Amino acid sequence: MPAEPPLDVPTSLVEAYELLASGPRVPIAGGTDLMVRITGEIGATPQRLMDISRLEDLEGISLETGALVLGARTTYSEIRRSVLCLVHLPAMVEAAATIGAVQIQNRGTIGGNLGNASPAGDMLPVLLASDAEIVVGGSRGERTVPADAFFPAYRQTALAPDELILRIRIPLPQGRQLRFRKVGTRRAQAISKVVMCVAWRSHGAASGWSDVRVAVGSMAPTPVRATATEAALEGQRPTPEVADRASDVLADELHPIDDVRSTAVYRRTVAARILHRILRDAGGW
Amino acid sequence: MTTRAMPRPAAQPVRSAPDALVLEVGSTTAGRAAGYPLRREGPAKLTGAARYTDDLVFPGAWYGATIRSTEPRARLLRIELDPDADWSGVVVVTAADIPGENLISAIKEDQPVLVPIGGEIRHHAEPVALLAAADRETIRHLRSRIRLVTEPLTPVFDPEASDHVFAAYDISKGDLDAGFSAADVILEGEYRVGHQEQLYIENNAMIAVPAEDGGMTVHGSLQCPYYVHRAMKKALGLTGDQARVIQAETGGGFGGKEEYPSIIALHAALLARKAGRPVRMIYDRHEDLAATTKRHPAIVRHRTGITADGTLVAQDIEVIMDGGAYCTLTPVVLSRGALHAAGPYRCPNVRIRARATRTNTPPNGAFRGFGAPQTEFAMETQVNRLADRLGMSPAEIRRRNAYELNDLTPTGQVLRESVAAQEVLRLAVEASDFERVRQATAASASARSGSGILPPGRRRSGAASAASGIGMALAWHGAGFTGSGEVHLGSVASVEVTGDGRVRVLIGSTEMGQGTSTIFPMMVSGQLGLSADAVEMAPVDTALVPDSGPTVASRTAMVVGGLCIEAARRLRAEVEARNGGRPFAEVYRADAAAHGPTRIDQRFEPYPGISFDDEAYRGDAYPVFGWAACVAAVDVDLDTAEVSVRDVVAVDDVGRVVHPILCEGQVEGGTLQAIGYATIEEIKLDNGRYLNDRLATYLIPTATDAPNMRTILVEAPFSGAPHGAKGVGELPMDVAAPAVIAAIHDAVGVWVTELPATPERILAAMDAGVGAGDTSGTDAAVTSGDARRGAP
Ligand SMILES: Cc1cc2nc3c(=O)[nH]c(=O)nc-3n(C[C@H](O)[C@H](O)[C@H](O)COP(=O)(O)OP(=O)(O)OC[C@H]3O[C@@H](n4cnc5c(N)ncnc54)[C@H](O)[C@@H]3O)c2cc1C
Repeated sequence: MPAEPPLDVPTSLVEAYELLASGPRVPIAGGTDLMVRITGEIGATPQRLMDISRLEDLEGISLETGALVLGARTTYSEIRRSVLCLVHLPAMVEAAATIGAVQIQNRGTIGGNLGNASPAGDMLPVLLASDAEIVVGGSRGERTVPADAFFPAYRQTALAPDELILRIRIPLPQGRQLRFRKVGTRRAQAISKVVMCVAWRSHGAASGWSDVRVAVGSMAPTPVRATATEAALEGQRPTPEVADRASDVLADELHPIDDVRSTAVYRRTVAARILHRILRDAGGW
Repeated sequence: MTTRAMPRPAAQPVRSAPDALVLEVGSTTAGRAAGYPLRREGPAKLTGAARYTDDLVFPGAWYGATIRSTEPRARLLRIELDPDADWSGVVVVTAADIPGENLISAIKEDQPVLVPIGGEIRHHAEPVALLAAADRETIRHLRSRIRLVTEPLTPVFDPEASDHVFAAYDISKGDLDAGFSAADVILEGEYRVGHQEQLYIENNAMIAVPAEDGGMTVHGSLQCPYYVHRAMKKALGLTGDQARVIQAETGGGFGGKEEYPSIIALHAALLARKAGRPVRMIYDRHEDLAATTKRHPAIVRHRTGITADGTLVAQDIEVIMDGGAYCTLTPVVLSRGALHAAGPYRCPNVRIRARATRTNTPPNGAFRGFGAPQTEFAMETQVNRLADRLGMSPAEIRRRNAYELNDLTPTGQVLRESVAAQEVLRLAVEASDFERVRQATAASASARSGSGILPPGRRRSGAASAASGIGMALAWHGAGFTGSGEVHLGSVASVEVTGDGRVRVLIGSTEMGQGTSTIFPMMVSGQLGLSADAVEMAPVDTALVPDSGPTVASRTAMVVGGLCIEAARRLRAEVEARNGGRPFAEVYRADAAAHGPTRIDQRFEPYPGISFDDEAYRGDAYPVFGWAACVAAVDVDLDTAEVSVRDVVAVDDVGRVVHPILCEGQVEGGTLQAIGYATIEEIKLDNGRYLNDRLATYLIPTATDAPNMRTILVEAPFSGAPHGAKGVGELPMDVAAPAVIAAIHDAVGVWVTELPATPERILAAMDAGVGAGDTSGTDAAVTSGDARRGAP
């Protein structure tokens, strides 16, 4: 194993921004992704790290005018214990409970899941489906990136090299429902073969759904929204006919690959089937 | 856990193990081991004091690394060291540095220690050169500067297409044609199983320490010290005294540390010899997964004739195993696979043709079960499909055919004693309430069928989101070495009173977490009238302990245990005779003070009346067999085909239970390992390289995936062992996988004939079933035609 990369430990955002501006540094939060890369066997070893564990601005879960706000350093265990999350975004709590196992949940952070930008990141479909806004900052100030613009390409983020993820802001519109489903190889410590989060707003049994979101992971080079499927569901109610059509559209819309964990056929089929199940349950038929 | 004793010719008093422990809230306890010794190595492991190989400190030791091929097959032309790199202060070893023969001592000596210049590279992970340096950073830097210049050769990956046969066996009995013409139903089936990794917690590791006199000592994680010892003598040109092997604390083996440690020991020793200092060869998980041996993949084809009342009349079985690039233990793995291929069933007409061939993939080797899990999965699935075809209960078809006393096996062996097939079957059926549960799952399947039993198309699901199923399997496992193996080995085990009055067991058998160092003091102290605590285990060091044979084949408790019991009896007699017949326990200390040490070496004697013809493959393939039945209950997610194994009843006849907790642990661990084999453990290959070569991609069940398990231990003792034990390590590995596959069929109506039964395969089979309008999937199509062809 190579020698440990040098590490900076800023204690304020200002200091962190200065360090980032002075030369490339890879932020380390829980380290559950970075420490795997540190052996240099899988991709390049980070040359210089910046520990962000002292940055209090990146902590905490709060409710702010119609939105849930999570600091980037919020761990999955914190999400699982959070009453605010449970009340306002139970799908996020459900997703957090499927990540790794207890040890990983104690260390791993939501900001790290975003920063790692894996197509299989389990929290990412939840952020896409809930219209999350990623607040990022650097010495030039703060800006907000919508979740669905955060992953421009395979394992890339919209962050500039000198920017940090500060917090995630999730609007909480009236009448919104979210459903989450992860399909992995075993019950814990499994990377997703398919992961899905579906969101919609309903305004009573008689009227159709609005603001439908269907977000999936492990189905494309990045976590994505299945926009054609969303369009097929927009304004509809979850009837058997609508569910059949939507699952067909979803299966045709995505082009997953065969890899060491699963097959393209399985991913496509199962994504369609879990969507169908979510719609069937929502429709109560 | 419950233990049932079966009275048999050699029966000893019935002794039953404590039942499941019920703890009162807030109470503390010594645990379920109350009344039995705790695991001897347990406290050190729990407190972190245990010293595994990588924990051993040798001042001035260097780190070693292996430079491997990255091609599946090639001619090695040259090894080039980058002239711009600094090679001072490191050592590089190639085949030219080997003082003895460039061969790994094994059954057929075809594997070089390092590929020589001009030699053929035969697999992707093949060792070609070695590098050692004082620090890992230097190794990391320099290893990429060693270039292998090669000329590619065409690799072979399909074991059926390979023309290099490592071993082949033909076993037959009766008249196959007559058997098939008496059959009412003939069923064909083809079954496939892939690689499986042992996945011991501690990776392979060896440290070589050169001695002044040209000798070499290795400390390492290993199962078989004398295998390593032999390998060192051969390749390093050492005498028996110059080569010394010391086992460090070993974190699991499962067969994975049976033959491969010899290679690592030689690599470390070659570097140590050249560097003139200790060298540490510690594999990381990636290297361990990518390079070390796996369970042999296999293709097994069955053609079975059965009468309408469910009597087996003919079995024609073909077994093909993929040996990988070198022979290793393949001939014996294949032999055990072939000998178990017809299952624990009486059948008058049987032919078993087995062969193992060479492919350009890393060599396959020993793994718990040793060929039997592959062929017994095929056989049990075939039997379950036969039951399905006949509309008969899987329990009933087994009751009608399972071996009983004095039945004849395919090699003509008469089962003269200790046949518990019917007993384990009965107990498993009762404990799992098999027939009632099966009726319930059938009822819910037909209820689902009313609302569309299977999803009406691949893109949508039916009303039900899950289905439950139950399945069973029955297995036998030959105890100890195959054929004349034990006779050829002539193992020795010793018990001594040392000069300072301590009682010590000296055996070359190793503790790797399974309990050797706990049960031997129990077995020996019982004979001497001492408490188990009063008996020490000598460290496993070839300078100290005799060659008790390898720690494999579930033979340790049975064979080496038997030797130690005999040695202890003789020791007691000798000491008591010298002391006027007074009890050993009272006099042995004084006896040592007066007469000095007394040591008894006990050598293996052939079991009376047991003989095997290795050439003709006739006779007593094993001195005795262990028997196991397993019932598994699963839930299958109808949207995703994910399988959750919910409940398992495992009934194992081990001859005699030495330590109930450890014995139960073996059954539970073996069952879970078999469940992993059945459901998720998979290695995909690309151009002869394993793709699942990290823990992120090679997955085994976690604690949360483990089912509820109920273990029932049956005791049908073996008369050839003084304590009746038949061994337990491998037996449970043979039986759970086919039970799970049967349960999946019961749940969703498809037979998955290739392990692991991944959701990908199950869903594909379900879809094929929907397409064919038949819930038994491809099975019906395959078999009905054959039945017609085979009908008289
Ligand atoms: C055994 C194991 C199991 C796992 N199981 C799962 C699983 O089931 N599902 C899943 O989705 N993931 C899983 N992971 C991956 C990992 O745990 C998650 O992605 C986790 O969210 C990463 O968070 P972290 O804080 O540990 O990130 P780190 O490793 O600290 O960082 C990850 C990346 O994000 C960047 N980063 C972190 N914080 C910031 C920030 N505030 N601003 C800018 N960049 C930042 C880092 O520079 C780095 O590139 C697993 C990992 C392991 C080792």
